[in-house]
Amino acid sequence: MSTPYAKLPAWADYGLIPVINLLVAFVVAGFVVLLVGENPFRAAAVLVEGAFGRGQGIAFTLFYATTFIFSGLSVAVAAHCGLFNIGGEGQGYIAGLGIGIVCLAFDSVLPWWLTFPIAIIAAAAMGALWALIPAYLQAKRGSHIVITTIMFNFIAASVMVRALVGYLKPPASMAPQTRTFLEGAQLPKLNWVIELFGAKIRSAPFNISFLLALAMAFLVWVLIWRTRLGYEMRTYGHSSKAARYAGISETRIIIIAMMISGALAGMMALNPTMGDQHNVALEFVSGAGFVGIAVALMGRLHPVGIVLAAILFGMLYQGGAELAFEMPAISRDMIVIIQGLVILFAGALEHMFRPYVQALFASLSPRSVGMEAVKGKGA
Amino acid sequence: MAQAAIELIGINKSFGAVRANRDINLEIVRGTIHGIVGENGAGKSTLMSILYGFYQADSGEIRVGGQPASIKSPNDAIALGIGMVHQHFMLVDNFTVLENVILGAESDALLKKSIAKARSELERLEREYGLEVDPDAIIEELPVGLQQRVEILKALYRGAEILILDEPTGVLTPAEADHLFRILKQLKEQGKTIVLITHKLREIMAITDTVSVMRQGTMVATRETRKTTVEELAELMVGRRVLLRVEKGEAEAGGVKLAVKNLTVKDSRGVTMVDDISFDVRAGEIVGIAGVAGNGQSEMLEAISGIRRAVSGSVMLDGKPIDLTGAADPGELRDRGLAHVPEDRHHVGLVLAFEENENSILGYHDDPRYLWGPFLNIDAIRDDARDKITKYDIRPADCRLKTANFSGGNQQKIVLAREMEQDPGVLIVGQPTRGVDVGAIEFIHKRLIAMRDQGKAVLVVSVELDEIRSLSDRILVMFAGRIVGERGPEATEGELGLLMAGVEHREAAE
Repeated sequence: MSTPYAKLPAWADYGLIPVINLLVAFVVAGFVVLLVGENPFRAAAVLVEGAFGRGQGIAFTLFYATTFIFSGLSVAVAAHCGLFNIGGEGQGYIAGLGIGIVCLAFDSVLPWWLTFPIAIIAAAAMGALWALIPAYLQAKRGSHIVITTIMFNFIAASVMVRALVGYLKPPASMAPQTRTFLEGAQLPKLNWVIELFGAKIRSAPFNISFLLALAMAFLVWVLIWRTRLGYEMRTYGHSSKAARYAGISETRIIIIAMMISGALAGMMALNPTMGDQHNVALEFVSGAGFVGIAVALMGRLHPVGIVLAAILFGMLYQGGAELAFEMPAISRDMIVIIQGLVILFAGALEHMFRPYVQALFASLSPRSVGMEAVKGKGA
Repeated sequence: MAQAAIELIGINKSFGAVRANRDINLEIVRGTIHGIVGENGAGKSTLMSILYGFYQADSGEIRVGGQPASIKSPNDAIALGIGMVHQHFMLVDNFTVLENVILGAESDALLKKSIAKARSELERLEREYGLEVDPDAIIEELPVGLQQRVEILKALYRGAEILILDEPTGVLTPAEADHLFRILKQLKEQGKTIVLITHKLREIMAITDTVSVMRQGTMVATRETRKTTVEELAELMVGRRVLLRVEKGEAEAGGVKLAVKNLTVKDSRGVTMVDDISFDVRAGEIVGIAGVAGNGQSEMLEAISGIRRAVSGSVMLDGKPIDLTGAADPGELRDRGLAHVPEDRHHVGLVLAFEENENSILGYHDDPRYLWGPFLNIDAIRDDARDKITKYDIRPADCRLKTANFSGGNQQKIVLAREMEQDPGVLIVGQPTRGVDVGAIEFIHKRLIAMRDQGKAVLVVSVELDEIRSLSDRILVMFAGRIVGERGPEATEGELGLLMAGVEHREAAE
């Protein structure tokens, strides 16, 4: 039996439904706050205030968002090709190795605007190569990409421990991290942009890689909807049989899509390393690769949605930190809970409220609901 | 006056803005065979789904045996003695007949009692209605005709007095269909009521007592079968006069355009589906391949078009051989002038989630006409799609609409427009009109004949014998992976039916 879903106007499909899903996630999170004995409304106020109330907060929110844009785009590119790249975490982490080597080699001889492009290439290449192996195994051997990319996250973690402790750490240091990069590998801050609007910022790591993230979002849009390659990826993503019929090579398209996805995941490592800490440290990705899955789902796999969803998650991270400070009963884990709820409602239960919204639209104005041909049975 | 088994009074059902059923009134007399005909999308399936409890009507009343009935789920329908045999069987392939019959009607945890009871009950039903099936046979080892019998037994086991059959003959040979009709007549004599949904008017004429015609969600007429004609029913279905058999001139066959040589294809389990077949298609002729579904036609089509790798064999396209055993690429064959309209347009020929214009370049997306370097030339693609929409009368005429929102007939026209407008030398078409309404069938047939008259080689594979006979200049019959006979278009249905059932083939082998 075909499910007779009437079509919704685009703004409801891409705007209203995600907002409803988000609100429900927050309402449920509110009950959790209530359970730990705090006032959910005050918690929400602290969270929003912490994220957007002052220039400082905004800068931090956008700093976190930068990383999430990259990881969200990474998940989206693979998803358009029907692949679930769950290995952004490892691809981003291993990219830190490339960034570290480039920065340590060039930071004393080149200015930042020459080091940055080289580091971008190194990060993208490392991420792409780390995605290549699971992609090859999927395309040639049928090893499921979800399983292999998860395994590669662990391998990346081990490789990075070995690399940092064994080779990249300064000899005398006890800390498993590289030395601090010199000015030639430090990205300029963008805090002044926020200060233009009159806000005051003491110090925040919001930096130029945010612009790179926006540029990548645009390029991903071009790739997916305006190039032949993107067309082939979408064809394969919707129907591998149709792709075969259209003469699209399965091996080629899986490998290319995964390498682009890996390259984007790799670029997310630029922001925390060159933009903030000015070193490559153990565990510097700290889960951003996984947040990318939520961001991509929330953003309906569209670059504009992903940028907005990344800012939302940046807000949760920044506001959540403030919240943990203001309300000791609420720990940072609270943010993980909200994140989980958003994934649950925006991803797994994406269509839960759709029938109700559709019924509502149908009752409001039958004409605004598009024609869905009544299909009795397909064949 | 005879008593009504089912009365539907003022049934309405809408999906969004589409009214699938409007004010349907229908009375089905107990102990008769009642046919319901209509084009795809006319609302037959929706109406039967309401009767069987898959959907609830927005308004209206159902009466079963004179009593108002509320049917909220298939379980309610079963409790009221309504059984349904679906077009696609709802059987568990690796269960036995007996296990399938009791599935969902088990009464105890350990099944032992259920099975014993079911066995004796099944034996009684088989005796009573002449529905012999071995209760211990595994479903996947049974031919389709017997699987259908199991579906009927399932319904009877649950106490069905009213049996709904949805397109029951789609997968059967003519002989199996005849056997099914004998069973249905027997059931009728035993007092059962049968509702037969079909788009094959011939079947309606052969076995029904009464026939109701649906069009665009309304019930347009109910006739006594013996007082109506096929022509009248066709006109009622479409709302205008239709040519049931397209007119065509003599074929002027030229040189060989497509030569298939020693093609052998195995499926994913390693079973030989196509067994060393060879044939030619010449310029300016339509060659039809007849056969019951599952006799290797699908695999043959996939191999010739490069989708599936063959074990051995090659095709000759315009005198140049292409090996099908290597990585024959559908794109390469397409470049050499072989266009393919696949059997399964939902998963192969189209990407339903795409806009119409995106599907109109599927497979031809490498063509420089649609590109601007590595970028898609969106304007060129949409202009091209609009041209095809006009030329092939695709409705609605909106190239930005999602393909899933077009009807079956219009989806098929999208595929045909794409493949035919490339001006290929060879066109191979699988099931040209499956799930397509009568009006569009006429259009598609005319187009295929026009291709032939332009001197193209056309290969048509269809399980609809009428279609094969109406279109083909030569008919090849496939059975068990082999071509078992070649006939001219004047071959009778009986003759082809015997070939399709493998009768002559078996005699020849003995």
